[in-house]
Amino acid sequence: MTSFTLKGLLTRKLRTALTAIAIILGVATVSGTFVLTDSIDKAFDSIFSDVYRNTDATITPKSPFDAGGDSGTSEASFDESLLPKVKALPDVQAAIGGVASESTQFIKDGKAIAYGGAPNLGFSVDPAQPQFNSLSLVLGAWPGADEVVVDKATADKEDLTVGQTIGVQAEGPVEQMKISGIVKFGSVSSIGGATLAGFDLPTAQRLFEKKGKLDQIRAAAKPGVSPDKLIAQIRTILPPNTEVRSGDAQAREDAKETDEFISFLRYFLLAFGLIALFVGAFVIVNSLSITIAQRTRELATLRTLGASRRQVRLSVVLEALVMGVLASIVGLFLGLGLAKGLFSLFDAVGFTLPNNGILLETRTVIVSLALGIIVTLIASFFPALRATRVPPIAAVREGAELPPGRFHRFRTPFAAVLTALGFGLLVLGLFSHGTSTVLLLLILGTLLVFIGVAMLSAPFIPVLSGILGWPATKIGGAAGSLARDNARRNPQRTASTAAALMIGLALVTLVATLAAGITASFRGAVNDIFTADFAITAQNNYSPIPTSVGRAAAKAPGVTAAGSVRTGESLVFGNKEFATAVTPGAKDVMTIKWTEGSQEVMGNLGADGAFVDKGFADDHDLTIGSKVPMTFVTGKSKTFTVKGIFDPPTGGSPFGPVTISAETWDAENPQPQDLYTFVKFAGGENDANRAALEQSLSGYPNAKVQTRQQFIDNQISGLNSVLNILYVLLALSIIVSLFGIVNTLVLTVFERTREIGMLRAIGLTRRQTRRMIRHESVITALIGAFVGIVLGLILAGLLIAKVDFLIFSFPTTQVIVFAIAAIIVGILAAIFPARRAARLNPLEALHYE
Amino acid sequence: MNENGTVVVARDVTRRYGEGETAVDALRGVSVEVPKGRLTAVMGPSGSGKSTLMHILAGLDKPTSGSVTVAGTEITTMKDSELTKLRREHIGFVFQFFNLLPMLTAEENIRLPLSIAGEKPDKEQFAQLIDSVGLGDRLSHRPAELSGGQQQRVAIARALVSQPEVVFADEPTGNLDSKTGAEILELLRHSVEEMGQTIVMVTHEARAAAIADRVLYLADGQIVRELSGASQSEIGEAMEEIAAR
Repeated sequence: MTSFTLKGLLTRKLRTALTAIAIILGVATVSGTFVLTDSIDKAFDSIFSDVYRNTDATITPKSPFDAGGDSGTSEASFDESLLPKVKALPDVQAAIGGVASESTQFIKDGKAIAYGGAPNLGFSVDPAQPQFNSLSLVLGAWPGADEVVVDKATADKEDLTVGQTIGVQAEGPVEQMKISGIVKFGSVSSIGGATLAGFDLPTAQRLFEKKGKLDQIRAAAKPGVSPDKLIAQIRTILPPNTEVRSGDAQAREDAKETDEFISFLRYFLLAFGLIALFVGAFVIVNSLSITIAQRTRELATLRTLGASRRQVRLSVVLEALVMGVLASIVGLFLGLGLAKGLFSLFDAVGFTLPNNGILLETRTVIVSLALGIIVTLIASFFPALRATRVPPIAAVREGAELPPGRFHRFRTPFAAVLTALGFGLLVLGLFSHGTSTVLLLLILGTLLVFIGVAMLSAPFIPVLSGILGWPATKIGGAAGSLARDNARRNPQRTASTAAALMIGLALVTLVATLAAGITASFRGAVNDIFTADFAITAQNNYSPIPTSVGRAAAKAPGVTAAGSVRTGESLVFGNKEFATAVTPGAKDVMTIKWTEGSQEVMGNLGADGAFVDKGFADDHDLTIGSKVPMTFVTGKSKTFTVKGIFDPPTGGSPFGPVTISAETWDAENPQPQDLYTFVKFAGGENDANRAALEQSLSGYPNAKVQTRQQFIDNQISGLNSVLNILYVLLALSIIVSLFGIVNTLVLTVFERTREIGMLRAIGLTRRQTRRMIRHESVITALIGAFVGIVLGLILAGLLIAKVDFLIFSFPTTQVIVFAIAAIIVGILAAIFPARRAARLNPLEALHYE
Repeated sequence: MNENGTVVVARDVTRRYGEGETAVDALRGVSVEVPKGRLTAVMGPSGSGKSTLMHILAGLDKPTSGSVTVAGTEITTMKDSELTKLRREHIGFVFQFFNLLPMLTAEENIRLPLSIAGEKPDKEQFAQLIDSVGLGDRLSHRPAELSGGQQQRVAIARALVSQPEVVFADEPTGNLDSKTGAEILELLRHSVEEMGQTIVMVTHEARAAAIADRVLYLADGQIVRELSGASQSEIGEAMEEIAAR
């Protein structure tokens, strides 16, 4: 029996391969994700452990919370007088002090060098203590006063050479510096597109505006002294607001943020792999079902020879198991290739990921194989059940139909219940609390809805094919009419084939509708709020920039009002919140809707005033006069009094939950930064004013002047990049469904060999035969697209109804594009099966038994 | 097996397809005894119910009323698992379209019933079987590489390999030319003579029925005549008479 199953697989190579592709792609995504993220992870780990390799203890500023990398909040540096004290400790062999900055840009030809969203790192280097130096010189020399070393990747990309002069800007104005050397960071050639700028300590301190201060001290213990002992000794002289850790602990601490990013990337990509596998499961169910229908005679013969139902079922499951194992192994290795490809892809777009070689963990192998095999086995369950219903008498009866199963008549009600249950879970999820509960309910609900709708759609196939196939009958003539009838004749099969595509299209429609909602409400919000003439942000639209930019902008000739919004993090009521601060001028350049208080509040916040958004006020029962305690990054706490409550526009608030005055903010935050600055001119928005503003900002290449329209477009462009990534990832599941259509068509052509032979014999040309198959494919794809798009709109509608800051906006263009994409999928899927059908020799086809 | 030497016994078997006005009575009270070690042919014009009778005798279909015993056991009330066991141990099939599994070699096809039952063939007996069906050098070929006659030989060997109480042959020559058909009939006859095999063969060809020990004629769902040891021409004449009624 086993050899029978295995040999059966061999004789059905083509359909097995086509079915296996559905699993291979999903597994490849899963394994590729693991390989990619593990490799990045390992590379980062090696970077961080490289930095601290000879360090037994580190001293860093202590803050009440971890400030995020690009949040606008920097931790307070400590006084450099600590360094000689540390050096004087009996067990310290050597110690080094350093400063660092995450916004140190190279300015070339008046433009900041930046790759994607990668950080621009600046730090001090001390070649005199090579044991602490994780940089290695490739060319030139270590930097002297007012000199800089550049990392090799940036130097290569920008054609920078030793001896050349380049602009460097950190906190202050741009300075021209000589490049003294080109460096490499440990063994890694690049860190995700980050630019590295190294200076000697005094230069770095001046550039970063940290004169007389340090961000970190690294110390090495004398031989025989344990890190713990060293740490204990350092603790005796540790000033307040600093902390000491072992080198290893510091490496882990530094790696936290990248670890979070990598873990996010991992789950994000895995989600799409799982979606592809889910779609793949549909393809498998469908392919196996058709195959079993076609093998009715063979299975019945087995039954007459004494095979039990169990044996028949096992043979189908075994077939699926073998296919699942093979497909998963292929997928696993394809994933390795995929990870390599992604590294190259990221490299090509300038976001070079750290790469120390591809890493295949045991976990990757186990999870990928297990997922692929389990999904295949589950998908084979129903076809296997079908196979057991083949009666032995089918061995002697021509065209014996499978008897309907015991539960056949419950199928539609069951599907309806499943769909309803799915929607129920979705709604329940929307009203639940706790991210994991909400996510779990939403995912489960969506899965049930997909399965339910796939089963439910079969009775509607005749009507849908009738409507969506109408153009085919007009374009394709007789072939088109035949195609439409073919699509209708096995509704369950057409429904399952279309269902695979439906899932992908429902998800892209969901994404597109949400994006359209976000865009529309964002435009609305900006139009309401933005009462200035120009906005100034960082070149990348979202990084915080030094506050000196806002001050310089305010001094441009003709400016009547200017306001800046500071951004950063602090503890509010003990929770880490995104907080903002405004300069008094904000009241003239930003208009918001006040539920309590007025525009004037923005100008009169004073030393202890704050305004909050409505949601936050409701959560904490705040009214005018309520007290709000805040703890800043320095560890200092202050209580603020609520002076106003505003209603954030749908589309997003320009402020955090709590906003205080910029003056107070600047006093409590080392190196405060602005998210944006808005400026109003006497003559309004015109070229002369723009030129004046740009002139006054000429010293800040990272500052970008934008009109209202440009500001909206730029802010949305970030969303568009995210959208494009989502579309590309969802395209994967659409490709899987494409193979599903190919498979169904190949099997259908095989099944209709005799019929196609007859049609050819009575005069259907090869061209018409191809056209007939192609139209059937397109009709199937259109059914999938139609159901998917409708479902996607419904799902998006549900979400939008729940989320306050979104409005429903019909993504017309996208829906048209998706429908066209579905037609293209249909045409592509038909190429191979149509050729096979057209190649059939009419005479042989008629002889075919 | 019954003591009186009958392998299959059917009593008052009726079979109705469909319901109400469109109902068709394929069998209207048929009683048959299949004697051990004999070849019984069932003849009749198309639509006479001869195939239905065979399907019911073999447990592939269930009668509307009446009883059928195979090897002394009532089969009409059997569950699927019992019928599976019955087919495994007591029944062999030969089909008009051979029904060989295309991915298996001739030898694997022959062994299939045993491997389904989880048994190993007795080497000597297997060799003898191969020898008697005359397939010696074609054993490693797949069905697609065999002629129709060779395929039917494989099918016969497959039906005989588990030494069943009874073999049901459904138009075994229906898809073969007359020369090959004759060889196949000879082989079936041989298995009766030499091995004492019991065979029930459904056919509409007098030539095929001529090898039978006994010929039953079915018309309109009833047995209308029975001949024993008749020649091909007698069988043919009887057939024509029945068809002309």
